[in-house]
Amino acid sequence: MDDLALRLGVQELIGEYAERIDEDRLEEWPDLFADPCRYLVISRSNHEAGMRQGVMYAATRGMLLDRVFSIRRANLFEPHRYRHVIGPIRLKEVTGQVAVVHSHFIVARIMHDGVTTLFATGRYLDRIDISTTPYRFSERIVVLDSDKIDTLLAIPL
Amino acid sequence: MSQAAQTAEHGVPWPSNGISEIPFRVYTDQGQYHREQERLFKGPTWNYLCLTVELAKPGDYVATTIGETAVIVVRDAAGAINAFVNRCAHRGNLLCLERQGNVKEFGCIYHGWIYDLAGQLTGVAFEHGVRRQGGMPPEFRKEEHRLQQLRTAELGGLVFGTFSDATPDLETWLGADVTRGLLRVMNRTPHVLGRNTQVMPNNWKLYFENVKDTYHASILHLFLTTFRINRLTMPGGIYINQDGGNHYSFAKLDYAAEDTEYKNAGLRSESEFRLQDNSVVESVDEYGDGVSVQILTVFPGMVLQQVRNTIAVRVIRPRGVDKTELEWIHLGFDTDDEAMTERRLRQGNLIGPAGYIAMEDGCIGGFVQRALHYNDDGAGLVMMGGHEAESQPFRASEAAIRGFWKHYRGLMGD
Repeated sequence: MDDLALRLGVQELIGEYAERIDEDRLEEWPDLFADPCRYLVISRSNHEAGMRQGVMYAATRGMLLDRVFSIRRANLFEPHRYRHVIGPIRLKEVTGQVAVVHSHFIVARIMHDGVTTLFATGRYLDRIDISTTPYRFSERIVVLDSDKIDTLLAIPL
Repeated sequence: MSQAAQTAEHGVPWPSNGISEIPFRVYTDQGQYHREQERLFKGPTWNYLCLTVELAKPGDYVATTIGETAVIVVRDAAGAINAFVNRCAHRGNLLCLERQGNVKEFGCIYHGWIYDLAGQLTGVAFEHGVRRQGGMPPEFRKEEHRLQQLRTAELGGLVFGTFSDATPDLETWLGADVTRGLLRVMNRTPHVLGRNTQVMPNNWKLYFENVKDTYHASILHLFLTTFRINRLTMPGGIYINQDGGNHYSFAKLDYAAEDTEYKNAGLRSESEFRLQDNSVVESVDEYGDGVSVQILTVFPGMVLQQVRNTIAVRVIRPRGVDKTELEWIHLGFDTDDEAMTERRLRQGNLIGPAGYIAMEDGCIGGFVQRALHYNDDGAGLVMMGGHEAESQPFRASEAAIRGFWKHYRGLMGD
């Protein structure tokens, strides 16, 4: 495959992901994943130690949908949004129909009263299914630089 | 003069001798906070330090805190577990900076003082000076200097420490019921599945009360009712120890009926409020007693939870009068196969900072703290289920919260 076209497709997926979360289109967020899939938010210290329990985990698109429904209908917290800023993508490897892509991010959290804080920094370690377009995440591991989470994690990172 | 000694002779005044009216100032008063560090965390209480498996070999250590105080716990060459304050006897520098590691001895980076794994001073750099000049005075004896020692105890693979010589032995202090509850959950060799820390904008007691509050769960946490997960909950109860501060609450679940429910769920019309993927709640009766929830607390700062197949130690770390760090240590056991591990990981979505039935607990204390800001006169009420702190065969009660205040008032002396 044309390397440039691949990179553009990957870039589009990663950009779309941040847009759907930050613009509060969470219902469309699970569509960006294959099914089954692996979505895991985990700290770097846990990840590097080979531990598997993070703070948010989904193994199917159904689990991602449940996360969105729960945020919308069940869980109680102060309204807030995120703003993702994502660095340049690093295309690490392409094997068959899977592209391994790394990128890094910072996420600001904007509370309903306007208080804005740096909420999370880290890396996305992605395995992207490139067999069909648009591309889909078969795995997205969100590796947080810090073990600490302020107050709670409701909206996915 | 210690930080605590700068505070008044007495803590925040109480409206009565009871334990069902709590003065709001206990959550906002800086003097009270200092007094708690001295009288509770450094007082006659047992505090969680680490897991026994984290100290597998001689020299394995964990640097942690009891309340705000930095401590080290280490296994020595003879196999004993020792704990001491993480503060060099010379100039007070932190000895251990890393969270965990293995050492032959503890050396201070500042002036090279050396301590053995029992905390005894064994080496002083330039003790006899340089070229016979300087050095320590002749009356200086290394054997008279050591790191401030804590007592330690182990139970169910958990290591505890206490600053006080007056603390009864661990099992006596926990009480027979709470000891039994702890050993029920910790009945195999644990390993850490993951850990994380939730930083909460509230006084530490607001979180500890929340954990002991069996009244709020079905009201604040709407996940189970929203998704119409029939909990088929059978009666449970609350056990509270004599001092009041240690407790466990439990509820049983009809696992077989719930399993049938899931199998039949596919036959019914799909509601948008049904879980798309039930695996987040699909659990097995791993203890064989039908208990699906057991929340156990050890005064003043530890929680041991079983929520279905999620097992976790939570450590409450005060970090100022209106800031608390809550460390979650998620556990699996040596008997787990891959299916059990995956089950624990999926159910892990229920708990922790992003937990479906826990995330509200991360913000509710902050809401209380904000409401009390410059508005902390008066007292709150904890009268559900009476005015005492006795064990009860039901859970619509605030008895375990009253137990906390019973123990608290006893140690604070107010």
